[in-house]
Amino acid sequence: MNTELFGVILTFVLSVLLAFPLGRYIARVFKGERTPLDFLNPVERAIYRFCGIDPTKKMNWKEFLKAMLTINALWFVYAFFLFLFQGRLPLNPDGNPSMSPDLSFNTAISFVVNCNLQDYSGESGGTYLTQLFVITFLQFVSAATGIACLMALFNGLKEKTTQNLGNFWALFTKTLTRVLLPIGLIIAILLAFHGTPTSFDGKDTITTLQGDTVQVSRGPAAGMIAIKHLGTNGGGWFGANSTHPLENPDYFTNILEMVAQTLIPVAMLFALGFYINKKKFAYVTFAIMTIGMLILLIPTMVSEIHGNPALARMGIAQPTGAMEGKEVRFGPAASAYWSILTTVISTGSVNAMHDSFMPLSGLMQLLAMMVNAFYGGCGVGILNYYIYIIIAVFIAGLMVGRTPEFMGHKVEAREVKIAALVTLLSAFLIKGGTALACYYFVHHPDIGWAVKPSGWLNNPGYHGFSEMLYQYTSTNANNGSGFEGLADNNVFWNVTGGLIMLLGRFLPIIGPVAIAGLLAQKKYIPESSGTLKVDSLTFGAMTFVVIIILTALSYFPPLALGPIAEYFSL
Amino acid sequence: MKQNKSLFPREIVTSALKQSFVKLSPAAMFRNPVMFTVYIVTIVMAFVCVWIASGEKSQGSLAYNLAIFIVLFITVVFANFAEAIAEARGKAQANSLRKTRTDTPAKKVFAVGDIYVGEVKVVPSSQLRKGDVFIAEAGDTIPMDGEIIEGLATIDESAITGESAPVIREAGGDKSSVTGGTKVLSDKIKVRVTTDPGESFLDKMIALVEGASRQKTPNEIALTILLASFTLIFLIVCVTLAPFADYAHTPITIAAFVSLFVCLIPTTIGGLLSAIGIAGMDRALQANVITKSGKAVETAGDLDTLLLDKTGTITIGNRKATHFWPAQGVDEKQFIEACVLASMADETPEGKSILELAGISPHSLAVKDARFVAFTAETRSSGVDLPDNAGSAASAGGPVRIRKGAFDAIRALVMRNGNIFPIDTENKIKEIASNGGTPLAVSRNGEALGVIELQDIIKPGIQERFARLRKMGVKTVMVTGDNPLTAKYIAEKAGVDDFIAEAKPEDKMNYIRKEQQGGKLVAMMGDGTNDAPALAQADVGVAMNSGTQAAREAGNMVDLDNDPTKLIEIVEIGKQLLMTRGTLTTFSIANDVAKYFAIVPALFITSIPALQALNIMHLQSPESAILSAVIFNAIIIPILIPLALRGVAYKPIGASALLRRNLLIYGIGGIIIPFIGIKAIDLVLALFMH
Repeated sequence: MNTELFGVILTFVLSVLLAFPLGRYIARVFKGERTPLDFLNPVERAIYRFCGIDPTKKMNWKEFLKAMLTINALWFVYAFFLFLFQGRLPLNPDGNPSMSPDLSFNTAISFVVNCNLQDYSGESGGTYLTQLFVITFLQFVSAATGIACLMALFNGLKEKTTQNLGNFWALFTKTLTRVLLPIGLIIAILLAFHGTPTSFDGKDTITTLQGDTVQVSRGPAAGMIAIKHLGTNGGGWFGANSTHPLENPDYFTNILEMVAQTLIPVAMLFALGFYINKKKFAYVTFAIMTIGMLILLIPTMVSEIHGNPALARMGIAQPTGAMEGKEVRFGPAASAYWSILTTVISTGSVNAMHDSFMPLSGLMQLLAMMVNAFYGGCGVGILNYYIYIIIAVFIAGLMVGRTPEFMGHKVEAREVKIAALVTLLSAFLIKGGTALACYYFVHHPDIGWAVKPSGWLNNPGYHGFSEMLYQYTSTNANNGSGFEGLADNNVFWNVTGGLIMLLGRFLPIIGPVAIAGLLAQKKYIPESSGTLKVDSLTFGAMTFVVIIILTALSYFPPLALGPIAEYFSL
Repeated sequence: MKQNKSLFPREIVTSALKQSFVKLSPAAMFRNPVMFTVYIVTIVMAFVCVWIASGEKSQGSLAYNLAIFIVLFITVVFANFAEAIAEARGKAQANSLRKTRTDTPAKKVFAVGDIYVGEVKVVPSSQLRKGDVFIAEAGDTIPMDGEIIEGLATIDESAITGESAPVIREAGGDKSSVTGGTKVLSDKIKVRVTTDPGESFLDKMIALVEGASRQKTPNEIALTILLASFTLIFLIVCVTLAPFADYAHTPITIAAFVSLFVCLIPTTIGGLLSAIGIAGMDRALQANVITKSGKAVETAGDLDTLLLDKTGTITIGNRKATHFWPAQGVDEKQFIEACVLASMADETPEGKSILELAGISPHSLAVKDARFVAFTAETRSSGVDLPDNAGSAASAGGPVRIRKGAFDAIRALVMRNGNIFPIDTENKIKEIASNGGTPLAVSRNGEALGVIELQDIIKPGIQERFARLRKMGVKTVMVTGDNPLTAKYIAEKAGVDDFIAEAKPEDKMNYIRKEQQGGKLVAMMGDGTNDAPALAQADVGVAMNSGTQAAREAGNMVDLDNDPTKLIEIVEIGKQLLMTRGTLTTFSIANDVAKYFAIVPALFITSIPALQALNIMHLQSPESAILSAVIFNAIIIPILIPLALRGVAYKPIGASALLRRNLLIYGIGGIIIPFIGIKAIDLVLALFMH
């Protein structure tokens, strides 16, 4: 047990130790200072020239968002049609079929928005062509989109008064060439050496000890598995994601994949401190996010390590904790840690089945995705946190008797309106979606969809409710992990899920970037002793309280009917 | 003006109660989105009650539904009452000011040709219009705000300011304004009316307090948006709960939905929001400050820089003579006598203070034929020439020329006469100057006699006030005509952060502009016409009531007390206003935690017994739990009215400490109190519900 705990602590410490220098490096890259990768300058210049981009062109928040949305729309069209016709396209040694229109719609959105919800199984639902040139490609660019948008926020905070949030194309390209590709390459090589396949051959056949023959899917997977974590995407090459022995072969790769998904979200926090030269603010934010993560992690680890009380009452000893749905090579502690990391960070990859976790753990995973800002996804985590900050600043500012201001800019009605709308949006999408699913399940169980509503849930009762709630929470948070146990490949889940992913991705990016742009345009107000210090622990705690209260108030009733009811019934 | 000792005098409560029902009209309710939704669901509950009365069985007992309806109705009335009582108090405050405005006879001057030349006719003051001219003599009450165009008078302004000492107002200077309702004690003045009836500052203020012309301030708008979005979030919670309940096979009554919704939405702050705003203006009025808008009060809370005139604000009036320092070998009595003679005709406050300090009446010196030499910019000295036989001891033995003035001017005079300026006096002069005093050298017949020390007297307690401002984050700037050395000394002694020495009127303006370019909010107080541009430029311009009409028009507040340190109070009132809103919002939202723990188990306990574990308050039954939560939600509004009216206490302890304090009291308190309150109400209800 101590070894397991040590493994978790080691993983966390390693992540932070690597994220710190990476954060400083990222800040240097975007400040335009010298870095070891400056030999890539000609490559970037060639890209700009080829695409007709002027990387020095300044963009205000509207131009920035327009550029971002345009290219994303293009990727969606590209992905949708490739999925729709993949069966007839090359690089398909296993002869996998094309996707149905609703599944193509869902999957294309899913990867464009960095959600990576998979209503299909990679080894049978995708081809090498789509896995590589659609999915892996989108895993890179969607992560880079998130980081570029976060850089827009940083640029807004950096200057006293400015219209310019930076050039989207330049920020986006540099994120790929200087951050995602080099680090992804290292991770992919490490994975390949530990047994993750990297060949274009089709299925292989092995003979087991019992003498059965088993077909084993393969493919050029290592690169995708690297970026799926580094870019907090989460969509696996294989249907079983990182529980699959080829996707996550051993304890080392398990650590590697956990470090990889934590790396950029934490590094961006440190980069914030270096880039806008407010290190204390970055450290306090890091501390608050870490505390939030720990508050979710500790109960999860405890309940997984202790095992199922229902089994204990039957007199069954559980020396290795709750092992249902977990991999023996990882054990309950590392699986619990992974399950919380992947939900706080919006990766959504799994190394154990979330459906089989204890109810309390399920509650924590849901809360992690509802908050979606304790580290959070690549770039977007801090953007989400920024929305909470705006609301905290507003209430706290009033409480100290001053018109609220954040880093020298007054937070007024327009910014509050945007922040309130974004907050409102998640509550609406998650609960609205779940309510709709409940409605069909109860009142129209026999609609002739690919799976009838009555057949959606493998587990009735509270757990079934959690499955539906989890699905929409995961889509809204662009997390992409599933509670499984839900038959979700049908027109209802594909379409509603797709729409929620879309809204849950872009509105929470547009909102913070717009606020950053609006605030940056305003007159700069120097700090006085009456100004609320946003880099103080007190303000950090205030933000934390706002997060907890907002989440608790928005989601208490559905949580009570799902995991909480299940927990108390156990 | 007397402050209201009690928050709820009976007549105010009666009129507020009446108003709380008048305000039930949908048009009035619509102004407040949070309470409007409560209003709507109350109507829904009324229909539910009728439905049950006509035989519907699925919604629980009529008594229970009726109880919910009544409590919701009372919630709305309570919120209206909060607003009404704040308005009623404001009105009472304004009325006591308005009493001075009753129709008084006015001696109107008619123009040539109207009747016949220069005719004065007594008309009711209500007939006076802007630009009219009237005459006021000793014993008259001034009928209308105006500006003196002729004459000088002593005026009793106690009706407005509460200050009993009469003040002098005269044409032409910076003290030419008179206010309607004040009384002329002596002399006669001719006054031009500056406002039409109903448009004076006081009228504007009364309208603001009464709510007719009250506009939401920017912060209030932003907060309303936030509260509306919270309301929407809870609307989503309640609407989606219906399919969730279907899934859980739990029928939920309309009463339960409505109760959950009303309990969750921020009714506490929603109900008190407008009362807080009105009370803030009311507090300003109680401090004898008339504001032109609610926004000005709020802006005051954000001030970064405060410009203050030295004279009269930081120091008492003008410089005063504090010491006579005769030169070596000069008799002190003789020196003082010479000083008195030199200052006999000096009408400046400094001159008068020399006589005061000497304690000798110039008449006792019995001088005759004295020729006074006035101060000029060239000689930079003044004095007196006495003929041979003037009769004074000072003049015994020939004609005498006494001069007093700036050190270098007198020294030049002494040297011109071939005398040496005594070294000890010169040292003394340097010492005085470096201590922030003003030395006045005195000579007789070209011989230095000594030096008079003039000192600024800093108002007692002013350092503490500035220290308080500094802790609030407000920088104080002293404006003075003194030389930089003296200014620096006084600035240090009084504890101001910066000063403008040798200030010309445009310097104020430039300083304000410079600060504003740096993003700061600047306030200044002023009374003169040449202050008007700066008053208009400043974010908060407080004009003295005694100031000129131009100054009063340019500023956005008028201080009836003419007290330059009043800004400190205004800043605190502004901060209190924002803080009260912030803390009650926090309190209101924090309350929801306990309400969830009361209502959610109550909703599902019959179908999901496991959720009994969430009933941590051990409330009796689902009905009593829901009823207790709704009742608590209603009565917390009147309980908090006194806080809303008085405002949350502001303590200048730094923003972070203040935030910690308020989070602790209103955040943690807001979580704990409803647990206690709901449990207590439930215990009481248990006595009635079998």
